[in-house]
Amino acid sequence: MSDVGTVSDEHVAGRPEVQPHGPAPDAGEVVFDLKNLHFFYGPFRAVRDVNMTVRKHEITALIGPSGCGKSTILRCLNRMNDLIPATRVEGQILYHGVDLYGPDVDPIEVRRRIGMVFQKPNPFPKSIYDNVAYGPKVHGIKVKNMDELVEHSLRKAALWDEVKDKLKQSGLSLSGGQQQRLCIARAIAVSPEVILMDEPCSALDPISTIRIEELMIELKQDYTIVIVTHNMQQAARVSDRTAFFTAEATDSGDRTGLLVEFDMTTRIFSAPSDQRTDDYITGRFG
Amino acid sequence: MSASPLSLDLSRKPRAGERVVIGLLALCAVVSIATTVGIIAVLIFEAIEFFREVSFFKFFTGTKWQPLGDDAGDYGVLPLLGGTAMIGFGALCVGLPLGLATAIYLAEYASPRVRAILKPTLELLAGVPTVVIGFFALNFITPSLLRPVFGEDRVFIFNAASGAVAVGLMILPLIASISEDALRAVPQSLREASYGLGATKRVTALRVVVPAALSGIAASVILGLSRAVGETMAVTIAAGNTPRLTVNFFDSIQTLTAAIAQTVSGEASAGSARYLALFALGATLFVLTLGMNMISNIIIRRFRQEYQ
Amino acid sequence: MTAPATAASAGGSARTARGVTRGATRSRASVVFDIVFSVALFVGTIIGIVALALLLWTIYDRGWDRLADDPIAFLQNFVSRRANRAGIKAALWGSIWLMGLVALFCVPIGVGAALYLEEFAPKNRLTTFVEANIANLAGVPSVVYGLLGLGVFVRFMRLGPTLLAGALTLALMSLPVIIIAGREAIRAVPQSIRLGAYGLGATKWQAARSLVLPAALPGILTGTILALSRAIGETAPLLVVGASVAIFQTPQGLGDRFSALPILIFDWTQRPQQAFAVAAAAAIIVLLAVLLAMNAVAIFLRNRYSTRW
Repeated sequence: MSDVGTVSDEHVAGRPEVQPHGPAPDAGEVVFDLKNLHFFYGPFRAVRDVNMTVRKHEITALIGPSGCGKSTILRCLNRMNDLIPATRVEGQILYHGVDLYGPDVDPIEVRRRIGMVFQKPNPFPKSIYDNVAYGPKVHGIKVKNMDELVEHSLRKAALWDEVKDKLKQSGLSLSGGQQQRLCIARAIAVSPEVILMDEPCSALDPISTIRIEELMIELKQDYTIVIVTHNMQQAARVSDRTAFFTAEATDSGDRTGLLVEFDMTTRIFSAPSDQRTDDYITGRFG
Repeated sequence: MSASPLSLDLSRKPRAGERVVIGLLALCAVVSIATTVGIIAVLIFEAIEFFREVSFFKFFTGTKWQPLGDDAGDYGVLPLLGGTAMIGFGALCVGLPLGLATAIYLAEYASPRVRAILKPTLELLAGVPTVVIGFFALNFITPSLLRPVFGEDRVFIFNAASGAVAVGLMILPLIASISEDALRAVPQSLREASYGLGATKRVTALRVVVPAALSGIAASVILGLSRAVGETMAVTIAAGNTPRLTVNFFDSIQTLTAAIAQTVSGEASAGSARYLALFALGATLFVLTLGMNMISNIIIRRFRQEYQ
Repeated sequence: MTAPATAASAGGSARTARGVTRGATRSRASVVFDIVFSVALFVGTIIGIVALALLLWTIYDRGWDRLADDPIAFLQNFVSRRANRAGIKAALWGSIWLMGLVALFCVPIGVGAALYLEEFAPKNRLTTFVEANIANLAGVPSVVYGLLGLGVFVRFMRLGPTLLAGALTLALMSLPVIIIAGREAIRAVPQSIRLGAYGLGATKWQAARSLVLPAALPGILTGTILALSRAIGETAPLLVVGASVAIFQTPQGLGDRFSALPILIFDWTQRPQQAFAVAAAAAIIVLLAVLLAMNAVAIFLRNRYSTRW
């Protein structure tokens, strides 16, 4: 467990303190490159002008008030938005240089490499063991020793010690925080490159939250993480880079989300370039 | 066990096996279409054959239904329509007040414990096979209820009233449950507004809740009528097999459905007018019930929108 | 809260100069109406229950002794012209065979259709049409299904008035009900489960087969058993297809002529002799017992095995 240090309290008119982390090994390689991305629900443009990158072995946080499209953009990265009818993407998302929305790209293959953890923990109504084993089984991965893979994934998710004696019990019998770690183990079991997390701690108590934050920092050594969070302090604590979103009213009265600023987390929280970012960080709005 | 890097091959995989399975599943759904096509085709083809032997006009305006042998006799459907109408009307006279009273009681007055006992009991009534209800009508309603009350010389052994009561008991649970759903769908705020003005439960129920739920109640009535019209066994057993145009509920009559049951029990050779009449009757029945079901659906959809 | 002046009209009261109803009591008539109304409602509700009780009592009163005197004989004998020797063996076994065949046909097709409509069908007009069609089919009178069976299975496919034709007819009649019940059970599985599977890279079919279907299975089973219990009591379709009463063996094959319990009850009920009415009542007791058992199994399954999310 790396040393997170003290979690700083938010000052009323100040800025959350950022705990700098050392540079991760072979960090820097661009995994996602979002270029002029716009997202549409039918004729309605929900998010516009997103330009940012996600780099390997880093934690990238998407922050901002609710309704500005952070989760929508996150879901674009593993093409989960395809499941909603009448949605469409304009612009490009390059995954290691490959257009993620290219005509011959299989969303199933995308999701094998880019896993997801959801806001409300959603373990399957199966045993803990079968939950973790589900991914590899579904992909037809010939695993020589499934027991080992399950243990390995549960260890990486910091859950092994708590469940090693009850692997046959239902995943639904665990507490909220444990369920979420089970979902992380489940995602890890298919060896993804990227793990997307959509407000993974918002349904959890503070202690579980801290455990998962610590877990995230551990995990980034092996994976690349993109996280959407409502909690600025959380972003400040765990992320390397931060993207700040906001929403603007359009002529027709709807609100369209947009990316305001994207930068190293340290700079966003100490010296943001945009006044809107500063307002949000210092709590003046949002 | 470290993560083995996956290739960057994101291309679509064939997954042909899955496509076959999904195709088979779709085929299952198509069976339902095939059923409808089958029903319509059989009814139409055979009815057309029938109307080659008996004119359309004579069928729908004739007042005598008396098939003789295979091809002779009278095929006027009006007595049967009359019988069906009497059963439908009579069943509503029984089922509507009782069903509505049950619905209002369950929705507005009954405690959860009482509801927990009464609702399953109603379900029981709904689950009794129609032939059993017919038995009950012939062996209890007529001899022990109708005849003692109205006189043995007035009430035939087979009579429309008995059939109407029996069918009324059958549609009672249907009207009750749909109406109760409609009443419960009325927002509590409406009731509270009424109570707040000092109105009693009775006034609130009658002046506020029931009018608000009216479209749902109307839909339940039409559905109940549709079921009454389509009911075969109870009326065949209890109401008799005498096609006649009458308004006397104590006479025996014959409904569309009973005529079908009777024809089928007899010796009608295939292709004869008597046999083909089955499908003309069936087509008439089908159109009637389909029409009523569609009207009821339209009403239900409209009442759902009011609270959306 | 002071009641406004309008409420005063609900009952007689002293309207003071200030327009406030002071010491207002509702008129006696109003109170009486309230009581009469609630009593009338209760009575109306009870009448249905009383009718059910009367029905059950009538059946019991007529048929119990006949059945209890020699239940084995009643179940093992075939029909006879002598009412006191008649038994339901052929009819009972006919019904059992029919139910088995109906289940064999309806469950795979019904569950398949439900799965397709809920998980795979695109949300377009064709799908809406199929769904509306199924809803309409559920409301078609059972005797019309009999005519369908007569025209298509008995005549057109030349199956004749056989067990197979009867089973297929009942199966088509039960299919919409099973599809609707199956859809509800599948819909009750939370979307978060599917999303979890898709997020792992599972295809729709993989998620449906390994997660949705097992989770929906108790609900599907319950709905199926309830649908079958309705079918077992249906007389009209079998009547039209040509079920018989005079059958003197249990079903040996799909091509046999067949009998069924409700058909036998119908025949016996219509005979004038009292002894046959008694036999009919005894047969009804058997039928109701079977129905009760099936419903009990369905409810037990639902309570024991449904997943608590």
